[in-house]
Amino acid sequence: MKKSEKIAGNVANYVDERTGAAKWLKKNLTKVFPDHWSFMLGEICLYSFIILLLSGTFLTFWFDPSQREVIYNGSYAPLSHVTMSASYASTLHISFDVRGGLLMRQIHHWAALIFMAAMIAHLMRIFFTGAFRKPREANWLIGVGLVTLGIVEGFLGYSLPDDLLSGTGIRIAEAILQAIPVVGSYLAFFAFGGQFPGHVFIPRIYTVHVLLLPGIFLALITIHLMLVWYQKHTQYPGPGRTEKNVVGYPLMPVYMAKAGGFFFIVFGVTAFLGAVASINPIWLYGPYTPGQISAGSQPDFYMGWLDGLVRMAPPLETHAFGHTISWNILLPGLIVPGILFTGMALYPFIEAWITGDKREHHLLDRPRNAPNRTAIGAMSLAFILVVLINGGNDIIATHFHLTINGIMWFTRIGIFVIPPLVFVATKRICLSLQRADREIVLHGRETGRLVMLPHGEFIEVHEELSPEKKFTLTQHEQNLPLAVPNTDSLGVRNPQGIKGKLRARMSQANAEQVPAPSESEAKALEGGHH
Amino acid sequence: MKLSLGRLSSYRRHKLAAPALMIIALLSIGTTFSIASALPSTSKMEATAQSTMIDEGKQIFARGCSSCHGLNAEGSSIAPALVGVGAAAVDFQVGTGRMPMADMSQQAMRKKPVYNAEQTAALAAYVASLAPGPDSVNDAQLTWERDGNTAKGGELFRTNCAMCHNFAAQGGALTQGKYAPTLMGVEAKYIYEAMITGPQSMPKFTDKTITPAEKLSIIKYIKAAQSEPALGGASLGRVGPVTEGLLVWTLGLGLLIGIAVWLASKAR
Repeated sequence: MKKSEKIAGNVANYVDERTGAAKWLKKNLTKVFPDHWSFMLGEICLYSFIILLLSGTFLTFWFDPSQREVIYNGSYAPLSHVTMSASYASTLHISFDVRGGLLMRQIHHWAALIFMAAMIAHLMRIFFTGAFRKPREANWLIGVGLVTLGIVEGFLGYSLPDDLLSGTGIRIAEAILQAIPVVGSYLAFFAFGGQFPGHVFIPRIYTVHVLLLPGIFLALITIHLMLVWYQKHTQYPGPGRTEKNVVGYPLMPVYMAKAGGFFFIVFGVTAFLGAVASINPIWLYGPYTPGQISAGSQPDFYMGWLDGLVRMAPPLETHAFGHTISWNILLPGLIVPGILFTGMALYPFIEAWITGDKREHHLLDRPRNAPNRTAIGAMSLAFILVVLINGGNDIIATHFHLTINGIMWFTRIGIFVIPPLVFVATKRICLSLQRADREIVLHGRETGRLVMLPHGEFIEVHEELSPEKKFTLTQHEQNLPLAVPNTDSLGVRNPQGIKGKLRARMSQANAEQVPAPSESEAKALEGGHH
Repeated sequence: MKLSLGRLSSYRRHKLAAPALMIIALLSIGTTFSIASALPSTSKMEATAQSTMIDEGKQIFARGCSSCHGLNAEGSSIAPALVGVGAAAVDFQVGTGRMPMADMSQQAMRKKPVYNAEQTAALAAYVASLAPGPDSVNDAQLTWERDGNTAKGGELFRTNCAMCHNFAAQGGALTQGKYAPTLMGVEAKYIYEAMITGPQSMPKFTDKTITPAEKLSIIKYIKAAQSEPALGGASLGRVGPVTEGLLVWTLGLGLLIGIAVWLASKAR
């Protein structure tokens, strides 16, 4: 034994004797994870969160979260001797007078955008493959919580520099706060310590941005990952993969290397973006003063859909009992997002109620095999995309020579028309894909090879699929709609009322499918020409 | 004195007195006239040139503008009256090619000018002759490089201009397909004239609202924004977070997902 090995052994022994780590490590380092690119979307979130922590810490060294007025005399000449808040001045200082400061600022902001985009992509993967089903409902809820907090955290983050754009965003946030019936004005006064903009808001959101929310994030991410660890990762269906096993590679060494390497790749891509592409050029926006505004003021993309909703809301107001209810802000700023996020959070429970399925699921669905769910997801995405278009209506108008009013009316009508159309189209496409699967399993792959038989008939040779492929295409469960009885045991009609009817109707819609080929069907075709 | 006057007056009945007076009067009138007529001879030539220019302008106007603006620039249902808009408005609208309008859509857009500098000046002179209005801006007034203050101009720009033209003067959307054009590459003269005449949807900024010195500062700020290097890397159009979001979903996440696919496929 070499000397170095001996030393390593002794150290390991020392630790093991005191912590009993060897047994735990042996068990957990060999834990198996399935391999698929879509399982790495969550990793992108985690890594960009780490990048955010690191780059954010760097920024706090120089950032001064204060709305105290200062006169700028840093090195950015176009703003010299301009009166501004200390937070804006210190952000300029980070950008122009701290070595590597601008790069770090841009890495931080790009990482935030990647964090949000990856979370949304990860959420879509979980949704469309049905990974939220029992036993993972809690983890779905944590995920929805993380996305929601991510939106808030991102908003607070780009509000901190107190530039013209972020001040505009804070103003809208204040308006949304004020739109809450009855208590809105009080809440706004409470948050801003008096009238907008006041002197306390930025110091307050700074604490929330760098301490409270990152802490909650860290806790939620830890629970999120522990649950993944404990409940084991889901896997795509395939030969040898069951509800009771996990087929993949062990954590050590394969995933350690892959995940470690991927972290550096995510960091590299973020740093690359930070180095080559300008983001949030606050020195161009200028310092915030409530009397100023820029054309084309937009929030970051994850808030853009909210802005789009606000922009399309009709001017409605009610005055009642001495209070004004601003529906034009309340509806798009709070009610619609509230419905969307509540619906998203409750979806696993709604689907379980519709299907009546109480079993655990560790095998993922192929999206086409859950047409209803896939269609609901596509419909929701269509809704978000339509409102997002309205969120950027001014930029779209100038760049594509359209009228802003035209875009607004397109999206106003579009949010009611397009999502249902997308639902129907997606569901039909899913069923067609199921049909195509059935076809290819029963009749094989079309080879394009034509053969003339002795009696002159031409046939195209179909190649039978491999048994593995056949298994993958036919393994999915095909559940029948829930049988909701029309009468109870005493013969009284409609025992469950409207709720039962609704459940039966939805269950029926959910179970609409093209029958997967059975073994007997496949047998019957064997021997005969395809 | 008394004596001399008396002596002079004694000659008043002299037989040569009348002819002599006549000669003196004629001489003085002649000299005065010749002096008077000799002195303003240059300005008279200018006035003649001016009136020829106005005539020329009137002819161009009759040919190219009157179908919409009326034969005497009195306006019509489709075009405004031009009485009192001043030479500056003509210089801006015609000089930037906005007028004559190519199509009657939402607003006149900048294009290659139809008339050359002389013709534009003639048109401007004609319109200015109808009623007083802001004069075209000459280079001597455009001392923005010397007299402007970028920081001050920036503040004025953000207060008065950014709401339509965007924070970096990239332009922005207005209602019904109208737009505030980008100010990148626009000549200082036209920026100045736009401010004093308020073309299209733009408000008019008189010298009381924004002083000439402040106007020069605004021009200096716009020029500074135009020549400012992309400090943080590719500027992405300087239109705010929309393009940033687009980039993160395409290049950012695209690259990362591409690498994830590669990492997951290598393991097979």
